[in-house]
Amino acid sequence: MMWSDNTISRRALFMKIGILFNGLVATALAIPIVRFLWSPIIRARANGYLSWVSLGSVSQFPEGETRLATFRNPYVTPTDGKTADTACWVRRVEAQQFQIFAINCAHLGCPVRWFPQSGLFMCPCHGGAYYQDGSRASGPPERGLFEYPHTIRDGLILIQAGELPTPGSPTTSLFGKKPPCAA
Amino acid sequence: MITRVGEWFDQRLQLAAPIREIAEHPVPKSTASWWYVFGSAALVVFLLQLVTGIMLAFVYVPSASEAWNSLQSLNHDVTLGWFIRALHGWGSNFMVAIVLIHMVQVFLFGAYKFPRELTWIIGVFLLLMTLGMAFTGQVLRFDQDAYWGLGIGASIASRVPFLGSAIVKLMLGGPIIAGATLSRFFALHVFVIPGMLIAFVGMHLLLVLKLGINEWPMPGRLVKKATYESEYRELTHKDGAPFVPYAVWKDLFFAAFILLAVAGCAVLFGPFGPTGQPDPTIIQTVPKPDYFFLWLYAVLSFLPPSMETPALLIGPVIVIGALLLLPFLSGEGEKSWRRRPIAVLTILLVAVTLATFTHLAGYTPWSPHMNAWSSDPIPGRFLLRRTALERQGALVFQAKQCHNCHALGRNGGQRGPALDSVALQLTQDQLIRQVIQGGGNMPAYGKNLSPAQTTALVAFLQTLHPAGQAPARDPSRAIALGKSGEN
Repeated sequence: MMWSDNTISRRALFMKIGILFNGLVATALAIPIVRFLWSPIIRARANGYLSWVSLGSVSQFPEGETRLATFRNPYVTPTDGKTADTACWVRRVEAQQFQIFAINCAHLGCPVRWFPQSGLFMCPCHGGAYYQDGSRASGPPERGLFEYPHTIRDGLILIQAGELPTPGSPTTSLFGKKPPCAA
Repeated sequence: MITRVGEWFDQRLQLAAPIREIAEHPVPKSTASWWYVFGSAALVVFLLQLVTGIMLAFVYVPSASEAWNSLQSLNHDVTLGWFIRALHGWGSNFMVAIVLIHMVQVFLFGAYKFPRELTWIIGVFLLLMTLGMAFTGQVLRFDQDAYWGLGIGASIASRVPFLGSAIVKLMLGGPIIAGATLSRFFALHVFVIPGMLIAFVGMHLLLVLKLGINEWPMPGRLVKKATYESEYRELTHKDGAPFVPYAVWKDLFFAAFILLAVAGCAVLFGPFGPTGQPDPTIIQTVPKPDYFFLWLYAVLSFLPPSMETPALLIGPVIVIGALLLLPFLSGEGEKSWRRRPIAVLTILLVAVTLATFTHLAGYTPWSPHMNAWSSDPIPGRFLLRRTALERQGALVFQAKQCHNCHALGRNGGQRGPALDSVALQLTQDQLIRQVIQGGGNMPAYGKNLSPAQTTALVAFLQTLHPAGQAPARDPSRAIALGKSGEN
């Protein structure tokens, strides 16, 4: 019976068109969905993501000393609360010469502490230690502390911040070259 | 009356017959054993986690600015909120432990062999999801440990070549650990991973029903693909019994016992944290992961810098790959652990390794004791009958924080060697060199000590030897310097 054969193939055709139609709609929907999921990466290219932030007046950092400073991340969302605040170590080598170290250990990101008596930064997690100039002293870190690019403007010390410094991020080139390891 | 209501429903649902068939499916009598209860116990704890997790979600606020406060309110304000938190926290510890024990039992009983390869593979994914739940759950307890734990996670992820930075941003939901991070970990912990877990647990159970529970392995009874299925069918018919009630009572008893144990721990030890507020400007913190990741925390302190990135990136691929390939590499042959010494040794090795690293992470000998220099005094016996110079050296030892890494009389840090008898091992010259140049994982102190301080410190270190044993001397020194060079 040709007629019934025809009907079956017509149904099959409709089913195939139906699947194709769903496929097209799914693809169309996938584009905004993927863009939404991707947004944290895309946003990284937007303006204001890495910005110059003030750590306050230069005069509050005595020469030859290393002090803790805090700043608010330039990119903030309403639910960030305290987590958008970040600490960093400010070393004033001499009058206009500064080094600004990230608080995060170059090993796995734990907060390093400064010990002026022994002139070392020590990490509480896995025992990484750094000299006062940020270079690696001992322990598991592969490199010295991350450094923020900084500048002095109108008596204020500014750093370029906005990203969690991690060993693999491309902006670590911003965070200073690997300081030479002390022997 | 009840029977009639039941019949009314079953006429429509038609579930009674298939459920009875499942419950009474024959299992080999040998499997009605206390060794076969861990799978069902894991399922029961998972159900407990679902229930307690939903209850916590009634109160918890997944916002970086409010999460910590909502946990405090659960702990202190909400009636029995602390108990539900404790049940969920202890439940997660028990779940990881039971899943691991279940896996070891399955491995040692050869249950992953033909035809149950897929059951094992799904099980490996269930283990990974369980660990994923453990990590994301730790993040939701949004405290200092969670914050810095995320930092560690981001630092590890960032080491992936080329994609590292993108992975970190996807993981954190932005450039830093902040509000978006907590929200996405909440979605993972509450929707994504549990959804996958439920689907995979369903498949896992379906496979157990379809393929039958693994028979008790008999040494010498080898698995062959050609004959196994008919042999198993014969075994369940000749020496089988209905699962309910023949075997199920042990599962029931053990499940109840485990629930009781979770509840007991919850009552006795209470909920986990939260520790300090997740404020990254508070740096006086010693972050530590929950117990199931402590071994990893310890491993990370021992890997040499050059090994770390390869080990972190390749290690998991090898381990997970080996687990997934296992049923294909040894899908046939001997099942009994009595005839598989390498399997037994592997388990023992892994267990001893994990236990050792976990134990070490309990007291972190690799970390300097940040407060030893100010709170652990040098025991008096090291100062008795010492010269002024030597006592000045002891002062340098404390003030320059040597004590943070070096123990004296069992107090102080363990990062470097204890110095109780250092004078036996190093001569004066060697001590001076070590202090000034460092080396062997010790920082160099040359720039930080004046010559006078170094002299005093070394004079003190030279007194550190047991009474009756002379300190190390370099004989050539006396000859080179004449009498004036001797101390």
